[in-house]
Amino acid sequence: MILSERNTLFRLILIDKLLIGILRAGAMLAALVMLLILFFLVDESWPVLSKLSIVRFIDDASWHPLEGAYNLMPMLSGTVLTSVGALLLTIPLSLASALFIVFYAPIHLATLYKRLIELLSGIPSVVFGFWGLTTLVPLINQWNPPGASLLAAILVLTMMILPTVTLTAYTALAAVPEELLRNAAALGLSRWGMIKGVALPAAKTGIAAGIILAAARALGETMAVLMVAGNVVQYPETLFDPVRTLAANIALETAYAMGDHRAVLFVSGLLLMLLVMVLSGMAGLLEKQRHA
Amino acid sequence: MPKNLQLLLAYWFFIIIGIACTSSLQAQTKAATQRLVLTGSSTIAPLVGEIARRFESLYPGVRIDVQTGGSARGIHDVRKGIAAIGMVSRALKADEADLHAFVIAQDGVSIIVHADNPVRTLSREQIAGIYTGRITRWNVVGGADARITVVNKAEGRSTLELFLDYLQLKNSEIKPHIIIGDNAQGIKTVLGNPHAIGYVSIGAVEFEAQRGAPIRLLSLDGVEASVENVRQDIFPLSRSLNLVTSNEPHGWVQQFIEFARSSQVHDLVRAQYFVPVNTD
Amino acid sequence: MRETMPIHTWQVLRDRIVQFLIYASVLLISAVFIWILADLVRGGFAHLSWEFLTESPRDAGRAGGIASILVSTLLILLVAVLTAVPIAWTTAILLAEFVAVDSAFGKAVRFSLHVLAGVPSIVFGLFGNAFFSVYLGLGFSILSGGLTLACMLLPILASTAEAGLRTVPNAYRMSASALGLTRTAALVHLILPAAAPVLAAGLLLGIGRALAETAALLFTSGYVDRMPDSLLDSGRALALHIFDLSMNVPGGDMPAYASALVLVSLLLCINILAMKFAHGLQRRKIMT
Repeated sequence: MILSERNTLFRLILIDKLLIGILRAGAMLAALVMLLILFFLVDESWPVLSKLSIVRFIDDASWHPLEGAYNLMPMLSGTVLTSVGALLLTIPLSLASALFIVFYAPIHLATLYKRLIELLSGIPSVVFGFWGLTTLVPLINQWNPPGASLLAAILVLTMMILPTVTLTAYTALAAVPEELLRNAAALGLSRWGMIKGVALPAAKTGIAAGIILAAARALGETMAVLMVAGNVVQYPETLFDPVRTLAANIALETAYAMGDHRAVLFVSGLLLMLLVMVLSGMAGLLEKQRHA
Repeated sequence: MPKNLQLLLAYWFFIIIGIACTSSLQAQTKAATQRLVLTGSSTIAPLVGEIARRFESLYPGVRIDVQTGGSARGIHDVRKGIAAIGMVSRALKADEADLHAFVIAQDGVSIIVHADNPVRTLSREQIAGIYTGRITRWNVVGGADARITVVNKAEGRSTLELFLDYLQLKNSEIKPHIIIGDNAQGIKTVLGNPHAIGYVSIGAVEFEAQRGAPIRLLSLDGVEASVENVRQDIFPLSRSLNLVTSNEPHGWVQQFIEFARSSQVHDLVRAQYFVPVNTD
Repeated sequence: MRETMPIHTWQVLRDRIVQFLIYASVLLISAVFIWILADLVRGGFAHLSWEFLTESPRDAGRAGGIASILVSTLLILLVAVLTAVPIAWTTAILLAEFVAVDSAFGKAVRFSLHVLAGVPSIVFGLFGNAFFSVYLGLGFSILSGGLTLACMLLPILASTAEAGLRTVPNAYRMSASALGLTRTAALVHLILPAAAPVLAAGLLLGIGRALAETAALLFTSGYVDRMPDSLLDSGRALALHIFDLSMNVPGGDMPAYASALVLVSLLLCINILAMKFAHGLQRRKIMT
C-alpha cells in the first residue's frame, strides 16, 4: 500500500509526535461519539428492556403505551414499507435521470438538468413535508380518502431521496472510463446496448452504494413523513391506508412521554439505529467487493 | 513551530476558553436576572408566551422561557423541579392533589367537520359509534354517501383524555384514520377533507373560521359550540386552562400567576379565542 | 420475437423505447419539482419583505418576522461547526495521512464514522436530549442543539475531508520528504492547502445539512422563538419554525411559505458556493 510507504517517508521528530497525539485525540473523540450515543440509548431504554421481555414489543395487542401495550411491529412495517416503496420508485427514475445527463441529453440541457437536481438535493425535508401537507395530501384525498397515507409518505420520501441517488449514480456513470465506451461503440453496440452491457455493469457498485445511502435516509426520515403519513399505528392494507413510522413515532410522542413510555420510545430509537447499522454493514461489504 | 500549527492550537484553545467563558458568563447573568421556566400543554403555550412577553416588558429583570410538551409533562416537570410553573389544559386529577392549580382561562373542545358537510348535529352515541368504527358512512347519520375519515389525537394529549372521558371510551377502542398532534393540524386535516371528523379546541376553530376557513363546529348534547357557551359554562366539553406549582407560589412565580389571571391580559386571552377568568 | 425480427430493427426499436422512457421520467421529475418550487415562490413571495427578515415573530409566528429565528439558527450553526470542525478534520488527517488503511485503530474509527453517518437524525435528537439537555444539564438550549448537530456533522466533515486529502498527489509528500521537511510542515504547508477547496466544499455541505435539520433539534434546542441572550437560552431553528407554523399554528401557512422560501434560498446560496469550490478544485487538478 502507498500508505505504509508514507510512514517510512518521513523521520519522526518531536513536533510530529505532538501532532499525532492531537490527531489521535481528535479521532478518539469522534469514535467515542458513536459509543456515547449507543450507551445513552441503551441506558435510557434499560428501565423497560430489563423489565419487559423482548417478546412484548412483537406480541402485544397494539401500541397504546399509556395502557401498557407496546407492540412496535406495525411501526416497523410502516418504516420498511415507506422506505421500500420510495426506493422502488426512486431507483428507475434516478437511473433514468443519471443516464439522461451522461448519455442522452445535449450538453446544455444536461448541465441545466444537473443544476436542477443539485438544487433539489439541498431542499430540506421539512419543506417537502410542508408541500406534501398542503398540496399532495388534499389531492390524494379527493381520489381516495383520507389522503394522509402510505402513498403520500412514499411520494414525499421519493422526492427527498431522488436527488441523492441521481447524483451518486451520475458520478458513478461519469467515472466509467471513456475507452470502455468507445470500444463498445466500435463494436457496433447500440446506445442502449452500450449502457446495458458496459456502462451500468461498470458503475454498478457506485450506484448500489448511493442506493444504500438513500435507504438509510429514508428509514430515518422523520418530519416529512410525520407531516403526511397519517400516523395511525396499523398494518396498512392498501396504499391509501395511513401508517406510522418508528421515527415519526419518536417525534410525535417523546415530548409528551414519561416513565416507561419514554423508555419504549428510546427502544424504538435503538431499533432504528440497529436497522441502519445493518444497512451500513451491507454498504461496507459492497465497498470490500469493489476493492477486492 | 510552523505558524499554521500554532494557529490550529490557538483555535482549540479558543474553543475551550470560549465554552468556559460562556458558561461562567451564564452563571453571572443567572445571578443578575431571574429566570422562570414554564413547561406543559401546547394548547396553553402560545397564550402564556404572549403573556410572558408583556410581563417581561413590565419587569425587565425577569426572563420567562415557555416550552411545550403536553399537560402531563407540565405536571412531571413541576414535581421534579425542572420547571417553576406547569401548564395543564384540564382539571387536576385526584392523584395530583399535591399541586396548586390556578385557572387562567376556559376553553371548550368540540367536534368539527368541513363546512360542505350537511350534518349539523350528532348525538353522543353517534359520535361514539363513529369513533369506534361502528358507523363508517356519513349517510347513516344524515350526511352524504361517503366514507367517514376519523381524526384522532396522539397519545399523551389532554384533549384526547378529555374527549375519551366524555365518550366513556378507552383509546384502544378508537379506530382512527388519521392521528394528529396539535389543534392546527386537526383543522388543516378537516379543511383538506370534506368527509373528515375531528375534535379540537373551540378557540382554535373560531380563529380559523373568522378568517373564512370552511369549517363547522357541531353542537354537543344540543348545546351550540361557541366561546359564549363556554363562558356561560353550559357547554358539556369544556376545560380550564391552568398554571400549576408544586408549592404555594411566592416571589416572581406568584407575581406572574397573578398577572396571568388579571384583567391586564384579557385582550391576549381573547385574541387566542379563549375565555378569560374574572378575578378582579 | 427477437428471433423473428432482424436484430437491427429490434435494436432500433428497443433504443427508441428506452429513450422515450428516459425522456418521460426526466420530464416528470422536472415538472414535479418545478411545481414545488413554483408553489413555494407563489405562496411565500407576497409575504416576504425586509420587515419579515428584521422583526421578531409575534402572535406565535402569524405576524412579525423571523429575525430572532435567524439569529438562533446562526448561533446553533456556529456552535455545531466550531465543535465539529476541529474534531472531524483532525480525524480525517489522521486517517488519510498517518494511519495505514488496514490498521485496527483506523478501521475502528472509520467504522464508527460510517455508522454515525447513517444514524437517523431523530436518534441524534433523542441522544442529545438525554445527554446534553438532561445529563449535562444544559436544558433546552442553543448549546445542546448545536452540540447535537456537531455529532451529526462529524461523519460528513470527516469523510469529505479524508477524501479530499487522498486526492492530493503522493508526489507532494515525496518531494516534501526529499526536501527534508517534517511531516507536520509538509502537512501544513503543502497538503492542507492543496486539499483546501475540498475541505471548504465539505464544510459548506455540512452547513447545508445542519441548516435543514429539524428532527435533531426538536428535543434539544427547543421552541422558544425569542431573541436569544446567551447560548444557554432556548432558540428555535428556521426549519423547526416552518414545521411549527405548518403543524401547530392556525393561519400559519403564509409565514411558513415565506420562511421556507428564505431557507431554500439560503441553502441554494450555500450549494452554489460549495459547487464553486469543488469546481475550483477540478480546474486546479487539470492544471497540475
